[in-house]
Amino acid sequence: MSQPRQSPARSIAAHTVLILWTLIALFPVFVTVVNSFKSKRAIFTQPLALPGPDSFDLVGYQTVANQGDFVAYFQNSLVVTCLSLFFVLLFGAMAAFALSEYRFRGNTLMGLYLALGIMIPIRLGTVAILQMMVATGLVNTLTALVLVYTAQGLPLAVFILSEFMRNVSDDLKNAGRIDGLSEYRIFFRLVLPLVRPAMATVAVFTMIPIWNDLWFPLILAPSESTKTITLGSQVFLGQFVSNWNAVLAALSLAILPVLVLYLIFSRQLIRGITAGAVK
Amino acid sequence: MGQLTLSGVTKNFGPVEVIKGVDLKVADGEFCVFVGPSGCGKSTLLRMIAGLEDVSGGTVTLDGREITNLPPARREIAMVFQSYALYPHLTVRDNMGLALKQAGHPKGDIRAATDRAATMLSLDALLDRRPAELSGGQRQRVAIGRAIVRRPKLFLFDEPLSNLDAALRVQTRIEIAKLHRDLGATMVYVTHDQVEAMTLADKIVVLRAGKVEQVGAPMELYNDPANTFVAGFIGSPQMNFLNSVALGLSSHSAGIRPEQVQLTDGPGQIKGTVSHVERLGGETLVYVHAEGHGLLTARLFGEHDRAVGSDLGITFDPARLFHFDKAGQRLR
Repeated sequence: MSQPRQSPARSIAAHTVLILWTLIALFPVFVTVVNSFKSKRAIFTQPLALPGPDSFDLVGYQTVANQGDFVAYFQNSLVVTCLSLFFVLLFGAMAAFALSEYRFRGNTLMGLYLALGIMIPIRLGTVAILQMMVATGLVNTLTALVLVYTAQGLPLAVFILSEFMRNVSDDLKNAGRIDGLSEYRIFFRLVLPLVRPAMATVAVFTMIPIWNDLWFPLILAPSESTKTITLGSQVFLGQFVSNWNAVLAALSLAILPVLVLYLIFSRQLIRGITAGAVK
Repeated sequence: MGQLTLSGVTKNFGPVEVIKGVDLKVADGEFCVFVGPSGCGKSTLLRMIAGLEDVSGGTVTLDGREITNLPPARREIAMVFQSYALYPHLTVRDNMGLALKQAGHPKGDIRAATDRAATMLSLDALLDRRPAELSGGQRQRVAIGRAIVRRPKLFLFDEPLSNLDAALRVQTRIEIAKLHRDLGATMVYVTHDQVEAMTLADKIVVLRAGKVEQVGAPMELYNDPANTFVAGFIGSPQMNFLNSVALGLSSHSAGIRPEQVQLTDGPGQIKGTVSHVERLGGETLVYVHAEGHGLLTARLFGEHDRAVGSDLGITFDPARLFHFDKAGQRLR
């Protein structure tokens, strides 16, 4: 929405604050990416300098390419993130729809129970989760990670989506019922498209912690074939010697996929709620 | 076809009874309007007929078939909503044809049915647009078209004009009346606007707090209200209620329509002071503060000049009074 009445002074002040904030937020990313293209000596002598003809060095990327199976790590991370995201959105939206749409005994209690997970960190249950995974033979599988991340993401998804679904016009759903649409069709064809911006929000909030997580891959799936990119980058961090070139190169690469996913969802975030359904 | 019968219909939300036993017959082809103040249960009752709310007690019968517990899609009804409720991702044509598609009708039939309805409502030029590209009035016409396409036994309208501006409301009201004449279908229409009720209905059902106060043709309710509620609700401006004791009458209160009231410069039957004048061109509404009776309205035809604060007398024909007892029931 444009706001023509805003005075230029206010607008400048607002932009200054926003630009400052952007610079602060982007600084670590900038340093990481810039230094990943420099030689080790240059990283330590001039950490803020841009890579010049003397300091430019791709040794970090070469190390990453040669050592370890980074393509596989990437693949693991992507599979885990995308699958978890899919399940969180699907089940979260379904639970939210049920909570907001149907009157049944214990509705409020169920909503509270499902939202409880927001307040209790899932990591408290790590030991029990590990025992469970050992018992079911899921240790060192990506399934274990997908299951845990789905559980981790659901509370927030249910919480946010049920609020949004309450705002979807009852008339629209009822029109669907009168026209003979099944509850599933109403959910998938009428309600989901209308809460797409909320879904995108949930997707971003769910996706980033999963992609960045080190804890559960380390505990549940540390084998070579199931390593995620965050866990894979750790090989370059030793107790005594760290290969900073390689660490920075790996991290720079790790930013890319999540950036792409974010761009996909942020377009939805910006796009307003589909107009025209109701006044 | 299209005879609707409600018998002993009740609805509870938890311990609260919102519909308290409604018995009603709507004849085939009749235009029936539910009217009442907000919260009186008229929309709930309509949604119960549609099957969108469970019926707690009693039965709903359409054309001799009990539909009390049928899902909405199998009741052979169509509904038009206040907020239009068009499917945002479908074109006008698909919006109108969806119900038939769901019911498994062949494509050719669906096309013919939507074309016919579109012609009726002059929507032909808009068939390929999406709801977002339509104006409010066009959207409401599409919503009505969506109902027509299904050829239902019963049309349900839930305050369909409330979201339209005043000029469009009058126009759409006329269109709905014409549609009713052309289709000859049974319609049940919910509104809080008594003007809509008076102008559209064959039969008005006045509801208050989940109970039917009176059922009848518009002029029946206007000329023969059963109680103070109906007397006050039907007719605009509202009926004046006079203090019978101050007039020396035996009833508890007496009502008189604003158009039955005359103003004189002499003392008249009641003395009062002009408190406000509304000039509408064709008619003038004079609000008179009368000692012992409160604010009374006089509806005078044509233009009249009455200075605010001036004293005047009110006269009326005692035969035109409606008498009510203490409980508000009419004394005949």
